[in-house]
Amino acid sequence: MSDPVLYMEEPDERGRFGEFGGRFVPEALMPACLELEAAFTDAWSDAAFIEEYRTVLREFAGRPTPVTPLVRLGEHLGLRIFAKREDLAHTGSHKINNVIGQTLLTKRMGKRRVIAETGAGQHGVATATAAARLGLECTVFMGEVDTERQILNVFRMELLGSRVVPVTSGSRTLKDAVNEAMREWVTCVADTHYCIGSVMGPHPFPWIVREFQSIIGQEASRQLADFGVDVPDAVIACVGGGSNAAGIFAGFANTSSRLIGIEAAGGSAVGNGSPGVLHGMRSLLMQDEFGQIEEAHSISAGLDYPGIGPEHAHLAQIGRAEYYAIGDEDVIGALRLLSEKEGIIPALETAHAVAWMIREAGGALPTGSTVLLNLSGRGDKDVAQVQAILRAQS
Amino acid sequence: MKSLERDLRAVRATGRKLLVPYFMGGLTNDWTEHVEAAVLAGADAVEIGIPFSDPMMDGPVIQEADLRSLAFGTTLESICDDLSRLDAAVPLIAMTYYNIVLHYGLDRAAGKLADSGIHGAIIPDLALEETAPWIAACDGADVASVLLVAPSTPPARVDQLAARTQGFAYASARMAVTGQSAGGGDGERVVESIRRTSDVPALMGIGIATPNQAKEAAEVSDGVIVGSALVQVILDGGGTSEIESFIRSFRSAIDS
Repeated sequence: MSDPVLYMEEPDERGRFGEFGGRFVPEALMPACLELEAAFTDAWSDAAFIEEYRTVLREFAGRPTPVTPLVRLGEHLGLRIFAKREDLAHTGSHKINNVIGQTLLTKRMGKRRVIAETGAGQHGVATATAAARLGLECTVFMGEVDTERQILNVFRMELLGSRVVPVTSGSRTLKDAVNEAMREWVTCVADTHYCIGSVMGPHPFPWIVREFQSIIGQEASRQLADFGVDVPDAVIACVGGGSNAAGIFAGFANTSSRLIGIEAAGGSAVGNGSPGVLHGMRSLLMQDEFGQIEEAHSISAGLDYPGIGPEHAHLAQIGRAEYYAIGDEDVIGALRLLSEKEGIIPALETAHAVAWMIREAGGALPTGSTVLLNLSGRGDKDVAQVQAILRAQS
Repeated sequence: MKSLERDLRAVRATGRKLLVPYFMGGLTNDWTEHVEAAVLAGADAVEIGIPFSDPMMDGPVIQEADLRSLAFGTTLESICDDLSRLDAAVPLIAMTYYNIVLHYGLDRAAGKLADSGIHGAIIPDLALEETAPWIAACDGADVASVLLVAPSTPPARVDQLAARTQGFAYASARMAVTGQSAGGGDGERVVESIRRTSDVPALMGIGIATPNQAKEAAEVSDGVIVGSALVQVILDGGGTSEIESFIRSFRSAIDS
């Protein structure tokens, strides 16, 4: 008898998930990637490190976050819905899980500073927060367009003692912030860790970030059991780079649950992309016929990314996870419905997953299905933008 | 041994230090004339950039050149076609990012480059561990796959890179992306580390912006690559005469 196939295990020695992943970085950064891989491998098998990571998450970041039954929305849609409340984690999204892990790792490697890229500012704020807590210097790269549409998050990072560098190259959004962070990292790699915010970039980042986010899925799996749910029919999460989705999928990858990732229609790497190499990884990318990367467009800055993490590309290719896209036009309605039915204002990113659930209730999600939604972030950062959109519509 | 390495070794054997300027392909209509002007003024080989939307190893000057060239519709193929107008008396080396050749097809890209007279390629986001498929394609087409050695590269890894590189070894003069010339740099140490195990030509690049910096770098290496400072001249509107005087100033500093 052959062993059962296990999903979301470690990548191979070249950092591949199937044909995706790998390490496509300048030689100047290779030693740092190798050092990081060794440091993480060592730390992640060290009970003391894991205990420290969990303690900081418990004492500082508000974990475990609850699972909330969404009864009124569920009745409205004919589904049994549970929400994993990452919006209640410190700084308002799941991003804190990853940055606590990576900043602890930074200290363990003897580095004194972190740099990060950010789109909507959630990862930037989370990194600035963890850096303040652990006494690390922090510089955040943010596309100039995003610094304008998320101006309060820029100020938040500055209040936390970080420096925010507006990125003026290329499309001046998330992909260019990643480029600029990589360029900066080349100059300071000896004493600085690049705290990547999603399951992307060169190996070992996609693996590390997934591992630090997998606490979402582990907790949710236990918490659902308290509600008498053994395995949900579907686990749904929004996907930009894909860290919140990877975190919750990891808890259910080897169950019968459907794993469903929702991309923004204007940043749909699975739906509209093809294999290519960007930001240190081989993955699915939105690109033209010559291999030039296309600019993503989304109502939510956090999903404005033309690629997807390599493990998601792999899960899509082998059919273990499904990926669909939601357009900007469906997002505001979903945000309003969740707000009115459940008293939870979700982030615009999260609202994509809600919108798909609303659209597919009774369709791709048969009536009566049990659904676990990763409520990845709260909408406070987006209310001014939503207000402006609604005013323009009325 | 590939023709690029044979050619560079032949120049080195005469006691001459190699001067390798960088041009962004397709940056202007007359960019191939810029290449010819550089050769007339004393360039020993020319590096030709094939633009990419997300040039991770390049600073603001080359980034700007990438975007301008792309706005003109430049592609790998258009650059190769332009080069058919050029009768280059010196070796040509492409510099681009992996997604460009990956998308074109590795074998097809290497063949296209070689057919256009380009016998070397520098792909800075292609780490040693990922380079085998590209090297295989290059081996089928007399294109030398040039690898970079960085100041951060540990000694055992330098040995591997020096053994695997083709044409020459690209010694990064500093921990920086292109166009950052501050500080003294680590190029001499990098070249020394390459020479412990290999006599492949070692050229120094990244942040070599002035004739004096080029002279100092050439004294401890087999030659220099000059990119951003030259591209800036072209971005500022300089033509063949400005390029010629730029190259002559570097040439005379290196030869003095």
